Amino acid sequence: MNSTWSRFNITSIVLGFAFLYLPIVLLVIFSFNESKLVTVWAGFSTKWYVSLFSNRGLIDAAWVTIRVGLISATVATVLGTFAALTLTRYTRFRGRVLFSGMVFAPLVMPEVITGLSLLLLFVAVGLDRGFVTVTLAHITFSMCFVAVVVQSRLLTFDRSLEEAAMDLGAPPVKTFFQITLPVILPAIISGWMLAFTLSLDDLVIASFTSGPGATTLPMKIYSQVRLGVTPEINAACTILIGIVAVGVIAASVVNKRREVQRLRDEQAALRN
Amino acid sequence: MSDTAIAASQTGNGNASPSARALNAVKSRIVIIVPYLWLLVFFLIPFVIVFKISLSQSAISMPPYTPALDFSGGLSGILQQLSQLSFDSYLWLTQDALYFNAYVSSLTIAGVSTVLTLLVGYPIAYGMARAPATLRPTLLMLVILPFWTSFLIRVYAWIGILKPEGLLNQFLQGIGLINEPLIIMNTNTAIYIGIVYSYLPFMILPLYSALEKMDYSLIEAAQDLGCTPLSAFWKVTFPLSIPGVIAGCLLVFIPAVGEFVIPDLLGGSQTLMIGRTLWNEFFNNRDWPVASAVAIILLLLLVVPIMIFQHTQARAQEQDR
Repeated sequence: MNSTWSRFNITSIVLGFAFLYLPIVLLVIFSFNESKLVTVWAGFSTKWYVSLFSNRGLIDAAWVTIRVGLISATVATVLGTFAALTLTRYTRFRGRVLFSGMVFAPLVMPEVITGLSLLLLFVAVGLDRGFVTVTLAHITFSMCFVAVVVQSRLLTFDRSLEEAAMDLGAPPVKTFFQITLPVILPAIISGWMLAFTLSLDDLVIASFTSGPGATTLPMKIYSQVRLGVTPEINAACTILIGIVAVGVIAASVVNKRREVQRLRDEQAALRN
Repeated sequence: MSDTAIAASQTGNGNASPSARALNAVKSRIVIIVPYLWLLVFFLIPFVIVFKISLSQSAISMPPYTPALDFSGGLSGILQQLSQLSFDSYLWLTQDALYFNAYVSSLTIAGVSTVLTLLVGYPIAYGMARAPATLRPTLLMLVILPFWTSFLIRVYAWIGILKPEGLLNQFLQGIGLINEPLIIMNTNTAIYIGIVYSYLPFMILPLYSALEKMDYSLIEAAQDLGCTPLSAFWKVTFPLSIPGVIAGCLLVFIPAVGEFVIPDLLGGSQTLMIGRTLWNEFFNNRDWPVASAVAIILLLLLVVPIMIFQHTQARAQEQDR
């Protein structure tokens, strides 16, 4: 294969990744800019990070966002895993077409529609807009992403393992917790992380469904960005990017270790 | 539950009492019932409400509309309600050219951006699929990584690059390529750049998974039989990657039609996109019935692409089985 990886392929990959990463790299670099002008370099400084930590509004918004993210990601992971099990294990039941439609449609649904429809639901049932409504909204769209991630793992899952456990007398619930869950756990974890970042990111749906006292970080950043680009926003963005990058890389390292460990175990088992 | 029933359900054999079996049935159905009900309540019913409010009249109150289709009054009540339905919001959409133009321009911008994303994404996905197998997981992670960083941040990053005194113009003027700054910010070009940039991973991933599965000895065979590399690409590679092309294009096109953040931050005040129109109608004009009608028409426009998307997803799932 190596010989076919031509110069053209290498060039397109290098250019492609430059396009994907250059804007983010520039944003990070200019968060350390001394000058208030974001685009004129005037020397290295960390003063925007210092001023960031005295910005009460931004810090409050960060706490709201983290709380919404933790709760919604956890509930969405449970619901999304259920939905994935339903989609892969129960191939016929009444309303299956509707169900799979409701799982896949939110993946591509324009956010303004989802946001507006959820808001109108909350108004119709008389639920005050705030922390609870944002969390409910985030659970709803992120559970579908979790479902897709877990479902793709379940599809490649060797069901003979489960059948073996049941033949040996394990009841279905025990089989699930001892056989199925450990196998699909990496997918569930990455589903949770995806749900958490989706919640952390969301501006449009949160703007519709949030109320006073529950301003999330993206809403706060958005309202400041509309007033103009400031190095302080660059600093806030850099911190967010740092957290996400560390999280994703750590998760992939852990995943890789588990994989290596699993291969080793399998080889050891074969040798015995 | 009786002791025998508990024992029966624990051993899990077929002799369980009817009540225990019913309980077991419910237990196994919880996996279906809970997400099903959740999506019904928080996904499907809200659309019904949007539809209902689009048929009501706007009013200066909180919530700012008069109720329509309140079915609590029995059959005569329903008939009376039906006669009061207001199509004013929909009429309003046809009378003001703003909305029609916004729909057309959203579809055009999303269509052009989808083609551009395909043109940018295809060589990258192809290069990744042909990369040494040991390198592929890393490349794949590098494509996914920007997707994990906030959408808003990635759009924001382009403001500093594209504005008249921004980094791109500084660079181009620095190397002497241009004398006057290019005006990109607040134009449709900026929106295209923003959409291509933000949605690129959604295009690359399905393309890559289609191209990676491909058997490359087919191309060697085509070339042995006298195809030039280019004609081998058009006759073999591209047709085999069409499922990936369709999935990628839909994943970009559908959300891009209703995009709000990109036209709002990068586009000019004269750029019409329907997501932004809906937002303004709701937040600035506080006209909920018109905002709902805008959403319903947008949904109708997207129903066909969304159904194609679901169909391809379901088919991919069948093939994996």
